[in-house]
Amino acid sequence: MHETEHQHPPVRYRTLVFTWVALGILTGLTIAASRINMGAANVWVALGIAATKSCLVIGIFMNLRRESRLFKFGLMAALVVLAIFIGMTFIDVLYR
Amino acid sequence: MSHEHRDDTGARFGMWVFLYTEIILFSGLFLLYSVALSKFPHEFGVASHKLNIYFGAINTLVLLASSLTMAMAITAIQRGKIKQTIVLTSSTIGLAIVFLINKFFEWSAEIGHGIYPGSEHLAELGPGVTQFFNLYYFTAGLHGFHVIIGATLIGVVTVLVKKGKITPERYVLLENSALYWHLVDLVWIFVFPLYYLIL
Amino acid sequence: MSESTSRLGGFFTESPRSGILGWVTSTDHKRIGLLYLGCIVTMFIVGACLGLTLRLQLFQPGHSIMSAQTYNATFTVHGVIMIFLFIIPSIPAAFGNLVLPIMLGARDVSFPKVNLLSWYCYVFGAILAVIAIFSGGGPPDTGWTFYVPFSTQTTTNVNLAVTAAFFLGFSSILTGINFVTTIHRLRCKGMGWGKLPMFAWTLYATAWVQVLATPMLGITLVLIFMERTFGAGLFDVAKGGDPILYQHMFWIYSHPAVYIMILPAMGVVSEIIPVFSRKPLFGYWAMAFSSLAIAFAGSLVWAHHMYTSGMSDMAIMIFSFLTFIVAIPSAIKIFNWVSTLHKGSIQLAPPMLYALSFIFLFAIGGLGGLALGAAAADIHLHDTAFVVGHFHYVMFGGTGFAFFGALHYWLPKFFARMYNHKIATIAWALIFVGFNITYMAMQAVGIQGMPRRYYDYLPEFGPLNMVSTIGSWILALGLIIMFVNLWRGIRNGTPVGKNPWAAATLEWTVDTPPPMENFGEEDPVVTRGPYDFKGVVADEP
Repeated sequence: MHETEHQHPPVRYRTLVFTWVALGILTGLTIAASRINMGAANVWVALGIAATKSCLVIGIFMNLRRESRLFKFGLMAALVVLAIFIGMTFIDVLYR
Repeated sequence: MSHEHRDDTGARFGMWVFLYTEIILFSGLFLLYSVALSKFPHEFGVASHKLNIYFGAINTLVLLASSLTMAMAITAIQRGKIKQTIVLTSSTIGLAIVFLINKFFEWSAEIGHGIYPGSEHLAELGPGVTQFFNLYYFTAGLHGFHVIIGATLIGVVTVLVKKGKITPERYVLLENSALYWHLVDLVWIFVFPLYYLIL
Repeated sequence: MSESTSRLGGFFTESPRSGILGWVTSTDHKRIGLLYLGCIVTMFIVGACLGLTLRLQLFQPGHSIMSAQTYNATFTVHGVIMIFLFIIPSIPAAFGNLVLPIMLGARDVSFPKVNLLSWYCYVFGAILAVIAIFSGGGPPDTGWTFYVPFSTQTTTNVNLAVTAAFFLGFSSILTGINFVTTIHRLRCKGMGWGKLPMFAWTLYATAWVQVLATPMLGITLVLIFMERTFGAGLFDVAKGGDPILYQHMFWIYSHPAVYIMILPAMGVVSEIIPVFSRKPLFGYWAMAFSSLAIAFAGSLVWAHHMYTSGMSDMAIMIFSFLTFIVAIPSAIKIFNWVSTLHKGSIQLAPPMLYALSFIFLFAIGGLGGLALGAAAADIHLHDTAFVVGHFHYVMFGGTGFAFFGALHYWLPKFFARMYNHKIATIAWALIFVGFNITYMAMQAVGIQGMPRRYYDYLPEFGPLNMVSTIGSWILALGLIIMFVNLWRGIRNGTPVGKNPWAAATLEWTVDTPPPMENFGEEDPVVTRGPYDFKGVVADEP
């Protein structure tokens, strides 16, 4: 089949370490942000930072950026379904 | 088998599809969490303060570091450095054990304070706090279970690298166990702020 | 087995290991498919016997053959077996494994070992389910839905039953992962998406649902287990939990599961109808995309099982509205099958009879579903025998009939022998008549107000219940004749060649039974569509 497409070129150590440092900084940031009272916004800030960290892990550690569109489409499908499951449950919970 | 078929991209894709199922598995607990949080915002803040933020933060850094070593292990094997690969996967396992030891002490302390599912002390704290800790125990427990599975998997992979079954030409098993390990990390990235950092 | 297999060639004899070990350790998709098929048919027979005893108890009011507790356990076990051990794996795991790789021009699925593992998960789950019946505090009596709070409080053996369902779910997930990857990665040269047989399309849509919905069942069942073992209280109001959330989580899986059951059945029907009408499938792309649309829309409607649960009125309105959307792709499929039949030269061979009755029964079941999807009507019909009749129309009349159609269509290919067509037609007629009597009477008595899951009833429901029970005997007779005829057919029937039905998909171009890696040295190259019948003729026996 696609005999040449088996493997990606190696990701440089430097890139990986930089990613890790960025992840550490973001962890510090999320702790700092949680100590400021912003009401309901706290949860959303925390989720936003967590999503950013996830993007770094998925994109660089898991190397999704080098994979084909199919992989990305699959992840999108999973996340959309996840959003549907949680979001539509709230149609019930919020209006009860 | 007369006809050897090899499709590393397909193998990786299969692993990704499996990871999608893991995401949905954990989403059940996050669904319960989000509903409970909207119901008991204040109690969740109170309960969150009972968790030790240092344990949580250190464990976050430990898991992130273990993800780093696992990602580096792939680069190492791609460059043909077998010894380096083994050192890196072994340190991932080591970090996983550190994570679990931390978890053990953290849980022991909390159980020592009478906080565990079904405890009387928890019942006195009211339904909001009870719900928080029940969710915390099951989410962290399910996550810890995944840490154990992932570390075992990486252990097997390390042995295979040592035995020369995983080579710089063919290492998709290492890649897939790394993908699994990163998922464990990803779940924790969300668990940490949602349980330890609620005001 | 060994006696009959020795006369067969192909994948029956070419195996690195011989005997029973050659089967239970084989990673060949056809062998795994047959292993699945054997288990699934066995489970169907067990489940059908339980169903017959339920009907027998309901023959007349009052205590006749079983106590109320036994009745509760019997309908629970009937449901668990039929849903988790029969319908969900029936077409995808058995026929999907048997024919999907050949249809794609592949030598096996992407992960043959995972495929075998999925069969072991299935068997393990099945064994646990059987142990759950005979051990602990007695067979589970919660209904197959395991609703809280009852399921967390009953003393019966719910723990083991949910563990069994967990493993069956895992088996289903593994099959789904395999099929998604296989369809993406292993299509042979020339097998573009537009040349994919419709059965493969529907399995593709099904596989995504299996992958993305089943884990939710997994976590829900784990939580039931935890509630019972540790008193987790996640669904307990006193501990801040919410029992309605259990129903949400359960149906988030179990409604899409309905599409895991019906989509492959639609695929089977889409294969059979063109072959026996000698016409290409009408509206190929509409059929393909309606499968995906059903799979997607199926994830939006779960709460229509919960109108009377106490959830918010807003949710009832929105979910009721969304439910009607699912009717659109389903209707597209029905219209396209009918259009395929239009001006075709129709041959009423046994597979075709099942396919045609599928359309009829699925249409009745589907329209009944609209009545239940409308919130106002559902308040009256909820938890009545109408619901039971309705889902038997779509599940048994739909998936069950398609499964029987698939048996009559593909078994000759894999066993190289043809059953007796005349007896098959008689069996079909009995099943069709018995089915309609049983479940139409059930729907009617439900509209009159007979509740479901009751072991006793008021005298005014007597006549229709009696009719329904008599129908179940006709149905059972037809099923016995059908299975005996198929069994005799695969052992002693007239030998058939490569292509007894003159079908155009790839599985009919390989030897009968197919050889171990399906294709010889050369990988196949596809140049014609799956329903391009020009020049395709049935081989003479």
